[in-house]
Amino acid sequence: MSFYNSQAVLIVAAILFVLGLIGVLTRKNIIFILISIEVMLNAAGLAFVAAGSRWGQPDGQVMFLFILAMAASEVSVGLALVMQTYHQHKTLDAEKLRALRD
Amino acid sequence: MHQYLFLIPALPLAGFLLLSLGGRHLSRKIIAWIGVGSVSAAAIFTIILGLQFLQAPPPEGSYTQTLWQWMSTENFSCAINLRVDALSLVFLFIITFVGALIHIYSSAFMRHDRDYARFFASMNLFVCAMLLLVLADNLVLMYLGWEGVGLCSYLLIGFWYETPANCHAANKAFYVTRIGDTAMAIGLFLLFKELGTLNIPEILQQAPQHFTAASPNITLIALLLLAGGMGKSAQLPLQTWLPDAMAGPSPVSALIHAATMVTAGVYLIARMHVVFQLSPVAMDVTAIVGALTLFIAGCSALVQTDIKRILAYSTISQIGYMFLALGVGAWSAAIFHFFTHAFFKALLFLAAGAIIESLHHEHDIFKMGGLRKKMPLVFWTFLAGAAALAALPLISAGFFSKDQILWYAWSAGNGSPMLWFVALAGAFITAFYTTRLMIVVFWGEMKTHIGEYPGRAMTIPLVILAILSVIAGFIEWPHNMVHLTLFSDLVQKVLPATMLQDDLPEEIVFQIIAAATALFGVYTGYVFYQGNKALIEEWKQSSALMQIRNFLFKGWAFDQLYDALFVRPFKFLTRINKSDLFDKLYNGIALVSRRLNQLFSISQNGSLRWYIVGVLIGIIFILTLQLML
Repeated sequence: MSFYNSQAVLIVAAILFVLGLIGVLTRKNIIFILISIEVMLNAAGLAFVAAGSRWGQPDGQVMFLFILAMAASEVSVGLALVMQTYHQHKTLDAEKLRALRD
Repeated sequence: MHQYLFLIPALPLAGFLLLSLGGRHLSRKIIAWIGVGSVSAAAIFTIILGLQFLQAPPPEGSYTQTLWQWMSTENFSCAINLRVDALSLVFLFIITFVGALIHIYSSAFMRHDRDYARFFASMNLFVCAMLLLVLADNLVLMYLGWEGVGLCSYLLIGFWYETPANCHAANKAFYVTRIGDTAMAIGLFLLFKELGTLNIPEILQQAPQHFTAASPNITLIALLLLAGGMGKSAQLPLQTWLPDAMAGPSPVSALIHAATMVTAGVYLIARMHVVFQLSPVAMDVTAIVGALTLFIAGCSALVQTDIKRILAYSTISQIGYMFLALGVGAWSAAIFHFFTHAFFKALLFLAAGAIIESLHHEHDIFKMGGLRKKMPLVFWTFLAGAAALAALPLISAGFFSKDQILWYAWSAGNGSPMLWFVALAGAFITAFYTTRLMIVVFWGEMKTHIGEYPGRAMTIPLVILAILSVIAGFIEWPHNMVHLTLFSDLVQKVLPATMLQDDLPEEIVFQIIAAATALFGVYTGYVFYQGNKALIEEWKQSSALMQIRNFLFKGWAFDQLYDALFVRPFKFLTRINKSDLFDKLYNGIALVSRRLNQLFSISQNGSLRWYIVGVLIGIIFILTLQLML
């Protein structure tokens, strides 16, 4: 009953996840790191939806709603922190913000 | 009246509790009232009790009051029992009465001190502990008082704790007396093992039946008890702490290190006289220790320059006389010398304290001088005390008690001409250094300006003690003079009468020799320090004499000897044991964890991306594990 191959969708999700991960690892700007995290979250959400569709269950879509809500709150808190960081340190470079070291 | 016996130690205890808990919030006047009042009230109770005791002696010879059961097990029970007999009554009177006078004196002497309340709290606690010591009817309670006075002695020697030397002196007093106390505790254990009781009347009753005379056990017990007494009473070889104990305030020296605590050893031996009588060896050792101590300490007193150290050595020497008397079996003579000594030595310390305070805390007698005209009252009272110390015949209390000891040192059952001769030499030395002290301090020219004259609260106790130093001897006369033996009649209700040897020379011969020796000592002192001063200066040129002088000055170098024998080897042992196997093990554990800490703290570098990599590696690791298993 599916119009698409769920395996292909999972591959797309995996590619998205890895792209996000690479973004998190390589980017220096905190905003870009946040965006990359969003990409990774959406990749996870896509995987849930695909899996739900494969088994004919609503759970996958329910999980995506949860992930959406979680991502929204995370971004709001994250962006507020980014604003404060920028006010105090005049930079958003994660490599320069190293006050929390031993 | 004797149902109020508990009040005598309880009043100073209450004073201690009030002052130690609330002293911070009380004014100086109230502190003095509490501190002095508690001991004075105890003194009044003691005097009333004593009068009643003398008027109507209880049939069993003692008042006993049971307060409560302390501990009770299958074969051992111990109660808080207070017991007054003739012997403890004498001590009770000295502790409370002389104690009250010294407290009155201290209220003025310590008036500028920051820790006024702490001083009186410690003094009150001391009086309470000392009263417990002499009132106890069992040796456990007595040991409690014994350790209590040791503690207070420690607290009061180190009263001015900001000077390191004072703390050192306090520690030394504590350690050295602890040696004696440990020996005494072992003696008590042995006594309990043998007799199954530590109740004093029961011990005195059962010991003669249980032990055969001169059995090794009783000798061991008696020697261990003697060691306890030697520690507390600063007798050879544990005498080194007392001269240093003069670091405390003068009233402390007067009360603890002259009148009361240091005679606790005399009390212990007199109290346990049955045990000692069963062991001739212990009696001989006691007499020899006393004789040696009185001579050695007397020689050291000859060359001291610190007024309080002179008095300290003379205290050791006078307690040596008491031990000698106990050792030869002259029990009542020892207690009588304690009685007179308490008055005149407390007086000398208090007068010395008044001088020291007036001369801006000057201790060196050669920087004093000429005080006879400037401080006449202190001079006359000091003179009364010094006369008693030097045992000037017939006009001083010290003569009556010391003459008795000298006579018994030869004539008593255990006495010998040798002991008598040492005691006589000691009497000469005593008279000599007393004269030296008097002349150097009170004659000659003024060397230090007098700051503040002692007030009435300080002079009244001096006057009372001075009167007692003169008349206290009149209650006991030698047998061949006025036949008045009030003191020995009282004490011999508890202690056995002194046995005399047969075929003795006339007593009057000894008295004349003793009196002549004392007078000759005074005369020699006068010649050296007033008549022919050049002689001393001449002697100072000779290096051999100066070496002897320095040897005596250091108290026969006992401190150096103990340092080489015990302190340094002990320190060496601790040093080589500092890094043994176990220390290495535990230090190794500490070292490994410190290294690991350093290693891991490198990873905490504050870089966000490094942390993410760390998380990622962790996730991959877990996933791989999951897939493989």
